[in-house]
Amino acid sequence: MSQQPYPGARAREERGWLLANRWLLARRFSQLGILILFLLGPLGGIWLVTGNLNSSLTLGVLPLSDPYVLLQSFFAGHQLVSTALVGAVIVVGFYLLVGGRAYCSWVCPVNMVTDAAAMLRQRLGIKGGGTRLRRVTRYWILAMTLLVSLASGTIAWEFVNPVSMFHRGLIFGIGLAWTIIAAVFLLDLFVSRYAWCGHLCPVGAFYSLLGKYSLVRVSAAARDRCDDCMDCFQICPEPQVIPPALRGAEKGVGPVILSPNCTNCGRCIDVCSKNVFGFSTRFNNSTPGGVMSRTEVAS
Amino acid sequence: MGSVGEKLKSPVSRRQFLIDTTQTVGGVALLGLGLFHYAGSQASLPADAIRPPGALAEKEFLGACVRCGLCVRDCPYDTLSLAKLGRNVATGSPYFTARKVPCEMCDDIPCVKACPTGALDPGLTKIDDARMGLAVLIDQETCLNYLGLRCDVCYRVCPVIDKAISLEPRHNPRTGKHTMFIPVVHSDHCTGCGKCERSCVLEQAAIKVFPYHLAKGELGHHYRLGWEEKQKAGDSLVSPDTEHKYNLPEGFEYEHGGRGLIRDGAMQPEKQK
Repeated sequence: MSQQPYPGARAREERGWLLANRWLLARRFSQLGILILFLLGPLGGIWLVTGNLNSSLTLGVLPLSDPYVLLQSFFAGHQLVSTALVGAVIVVGFYLLVGGRAYCSWVCPVNMVTDAAAMLRQRLGIKGGGTRLRRVTRYWILAMTLLVSLASGTIAWEFVNPVSMFHRGLIFGIGLAWTIIAAVFLLDLFVSRYAWCGHLCPVGAFYSLLGKYSLVRVSAAARDRCDDCMDCFQICPEPQVIPPALRGAEKGVGPVILSPNCTNCGRCIDVCSKNVFGFSTRFNNSTPGGVMSRTEVAS
Repeated sequence: MGSVGEKLKSPVSRRQFLIDTTQTVGGVALLGLGLFHYAGSQASLPADAIRPPGALAEKEFLGACVRCGLCVRDCPYDTLSLAKLGRNVATGSPYFTARKVPCEMCDDIPCVKACPTGALDPGLTKIDDARMGLAVLIDQETCLNYLGLRCDVCYRVCPVIDKAISLEPRHNPRTGKHTMFIPVVHSDHCTGCGKCERSCVLEQAAIKVFPYHLAKGELGHHYRLGWEEKQKAGDSLVSPDTEHKYNLPEGFEYEHGGRGLIRDGAMQPEKQK
């Protein structure tokens, strides 16, 4: 395998810069677009969307609320009110459709910070870290935030949540919250690759639980074309989700990445010069040539 | 996570799994303890930060408010802002500083209507019923009215004039011949809008709005006010109620519980006890 300067270099050579970055560009368009919709009001006086990611009102009629924040509020002992509940139900429904952690890669503003840190880390060749930090930590933190909400009677994670602090800060004024964002950046750059999004963030953990049943998934449909260049593993923020789908053909595992921690970011689709990956649905998961049962796979 | 089952097959990796899990849980528990204490410290609202109308009591408010800023956006006077990190108010929660921009007490209370969670109680429909805080004339040494002047500004700007703030005449012992008009706040009607604090002409306001729990005293629950009990009972509760005899110079009479000291039928101001 020829050494590449960066993951996706070959795809870029073959398909050109634009096509080798199309999902990345689409995501940035989505992330920035959402941010701009929120900023049009305070900066331009055009109030299409008011509020922030925790709860917002679009065109004066469509309420959207973060279900994780409301869950904490519920644990804090607050009687939930209809507007916020309706907003949360809409959001849950949406992410059940497009993939739970699509929130992380298509909406969350912190993603741009951590993606930048990961890219810089890769370019600077910073290695190591991450052995102590386990990916399940985020689920423990998620449980902890609900427990602390229960014990303190407050929406506990909102006191420190970098995601809402950053988004709110950009729209309402950032104060000292930039230090928290800088901390996340430095953590991801020096301590461990995607330390925040991939290991610690309980918001992502919450949305990944939603994603357990979500419809839209990335599929390694053309996995027989894979030439083991490892680009997808290098670019993926959650590389542990790839092998079952990409290399499961012999074990009879379907090509769809079903792990709820896949963020549907589509970077693997971008960087693969063999066009192995593509967006699909969770039901498009049949294995050609003899389907083994689950028990056979496990044994 | 699917590999956990395979790991458990060997006793060494089972031990490793337990060690890893214990480490993770321990670390997260430590984080949780920190978060718990931080949440507790954030529940103490500084005295100059006033919550919007209809805000639940601070403790409940922090369990209900999602820090979305919809109330801030719907405030037509830009009174409200979301607390920034660094300000000693729970990050992202709405508040206002009376001395800077007070609440204009809109009749339709748009901030309450905008709140999606009920952190601002939708049961508040009349702004006069709002209790954002309570005004306190905290410095009697610099208040111009206490100095015997007729400033009256806090009284004049009060949206609930004569009910929330009244001017009570008092004898001016310094001059010996003038009346002082003392601004007195009545908690029955004060909404805590902060207009009095905003407009106080001093360098530092002598009248300030404080969160209710700081400003308001509370009688012992076993206290009974004798005069009220007497009225309720229709008669004295200690028997018998002897009628007080006044030894007054000629031409004076005293009407108890009414006009007070009366000279030649003309009303005279008299200090109330």
